[in-house]
Amino acid sequence: MTPTAAPEAAPDAAASEAVPAPSAARASAAAGGGPVVRTQKLSLTFQTADGPVYALSGIDLTVEEGDFVSLIGPSGCGKTTLLRVIADLEQPTDGDIQVNGVTPHQARLERAYGYVFQAAALYPWRTIERNVTLPLEIMGVPQAERRARAAAYLEMVNLAGFARKYPWQLSGGMQQRASIARALCFDPDLLLMDEPFGALDEIVRDHLNEQLLNLWNTTGKTVVFVTHSISEAVFLSNKIVVMSPRPGRIADVIETDFPPDRDLDFRETQAFIDVAHRVRMGLRQGIADDD
Amino acid sequence: MNVRIDTTAPTRRALSRPDPWCAATLLLGVLALAFPLGAATDEAAAIGWLDRPGSLVALLALLGGAGLGLARQAGVVRGLGPAGYGFVLLAATALAMATALDVVHDLGAAATRGFWLVVLASWLIAWRAVDGVAAFSVRDLRVQRAVDTVVPAVFGLTLLFLWEVLTVGFGVPQVLLPAPSMIGERIASSTGTLWADFEQTFLKAVLSGYVMGCTAGLMVAVLVDRVAFLKRGLLPLGNLVSALPIVGIAPIMVMWFGFDWQSKAAVVVVMTFFPMLVNTVAGLGAADAQQRELMRSYAAGYWQTLVMLRLPSAMPFVFNALKINSTLALIGAIVAEFFGTPTVGMGFRISTEVGRMNVDMVWAEIAMAALAGSAFYGAVALVERAVTFWHPSFRQRR
Repeated sequence: MTPTAAPEAAPDAAASEAVPAPSAARASAAAGGGPVVRTQKLSLTFQTADGPVYALSGIDLTVEEGDFVSLIGPSGCGKTTLLRVIADLEQPTDGDIQVNGVTPHQARLERAYGYVFQAAALYPWRTIERNVTLPLEIMGVPQAERRARAAAYLEMVNLAGFARKYPWQLSGGMQQRASIARALCFDPDLLLMDEPFGALDEIVRDHLNEQLLNLWNTTGKTVVFVTHSISEAVFLSNKIVVMSPRPGRIADVIETDFPPDRDLDFRETQAFIDVAHRVRMGLRQGIADDD
Repeated sequence: MNVRIDTTAPTRRALSRPDPWCAATLLLGVLALAFPLGAATDEAAAIGWLDRPGSLVALLALLGGAGLGLARQAGVVRGLGPAGYGFVLLAATALAMATALDVVHDLGAAATRGFWLVVLASWLIAWRAVDGVAAFSVRDLRVQRAVDTVVPAVFGLTLLFLWEVLTVGFGVPQVLLPAPSMIGERIASSTGTLWADFEQTFLKAVLSGYVMGCTAGLMVAVLVDRVAFLKRGLLPLGNLVSALPIVGIAPIMVMWFGFDWQSKAAVVVVMTFFPMLVNTVAGLGAADAQQRELMRSYAAGYWQTLVMLRLPSAMPFVFNALKINSTLALIGAIVAEFFGTPTVGMGFRISTEVGRMNVDMVWAEIAMAALAGSAFYGAVALVERAVTFWHPSFRQRR
């Protein structure tokens, strides 16, 4: 499969259960146009020493194939927890969740998603190239193909000349781009990004936002993106999920229909400002409920 | 060469107070001229400065060096930086010390005030020289590194010089403290014995015990980490073993494994096992949460996670243990030889030669042990730098 291969649609594989090969898993996900992520009354309660914390409460969310969904909300609203439940890094205490039509656990074993953390989480003893090929090594991809793919994806995130460098020799923005290349290189159809640009300054963040949007346009991947920046959420997504805290729940879902080739200047347009306003109102409402 | 400009040029305030080292050296040196070098004995008259023209030259070199320092400070001599001046003094010191060594071996305990004042002066000038050389700073990393080794070398040589001059000049009995030259002669004349001892203790007992102990510690650590009840059951027990006194276990190991090197290797295994175990167990938990979850998100198995993430991130801890163990192992093997050994080995030699009052041989063994121990530690540290180059404590050197 080539790095930019569009997800194939095999209509007869719709209900296929737990086929442990990545490509087959993808086929089952794409099959019949079923949602990539579907949650119903999803709840997660952490039992802590200070009593229960209701991180998620009655979440109903559907992410369709090819969506760019942003989860936005104040800290403590459960947006990262929701992403981690999708990634099978947390277990829900109630409700249903399906990823690619199977449980998150199965989806993880089928390597259905690439996860980008808040920090780059690169391994300092590996070069940038070998960090990017780490998932491929785990999946047993032969070395020649690993190197070819690393080269292609480093090129895509504009890090072509840095394959032989070590992570600590790169700036924070470059490290985060390398971690995105790592999440992309085994060609998952679903990208889960947890505030990937949160630690970067605004100029770098703007630049990476543009690159990410371009990437989404060219690859057609499904992205679930956690952020607390309104302009980032509105600029990138076609679906904005506004969340509010205590208990973590969905306050508003806004679907947008912006031109796919928008650039940063688009943020000055009235359409953008209107959506941003609605997001802000949703956030304010969530806070007001809390008080 | 790109020597940085020295910005600590003497200020007006500094001018009013002369360099204390140089001033003291000048004072002591001139004072030394008033005294003879060696006392009069029954057969010979007192030895004066003119009997030893070499000493006079050396003393003048010291005085010249001190005078140059004062002239520099007064602004009479310009263009000589602190490091350059340090090297000039180093040359004067080398000449003075070499001459002093020559004189003291002729005079022995007959050396008197004139001589001791010169020794004192050369010590002061050596101090001042090192002070100057330590200020040396240059962009070329290789030159800088070479000069950086000069400071500890001069420091060590000065200590050896003082040791030699004091023991010979005051006629210290060799049973109490032999002169370095005597130890050196002993080393040169008994290379065969020393090599046999080194082979027995270091190459056989220390190295094999070290490899076995460290390997076992590492493997048990992985096991302890994998099996939860071992962590709670074995670790406290291991703590108990590590608290055992070596003088207690050594005789038992000799009974179990015989007189030869095997019993010493067993002692080394016991000593090195626990530091490696504890450090590796700590190291296996060193990877941060995101690095682990990354592995989880790829559905990586236990062994993949171990080899690709947890062992590499444990390496700084493992090398910590390897370095601690490199010195522990030598101590363990030498002490264990006190409790029964064939008639060879560093510990055996030390215990028997001390009984025969051959203290120079004891010191020769000590010197060899120090050298072997440092070289061993240094080798481990070099490997560490190559393996954990990515660790923040090594990054800037790359």
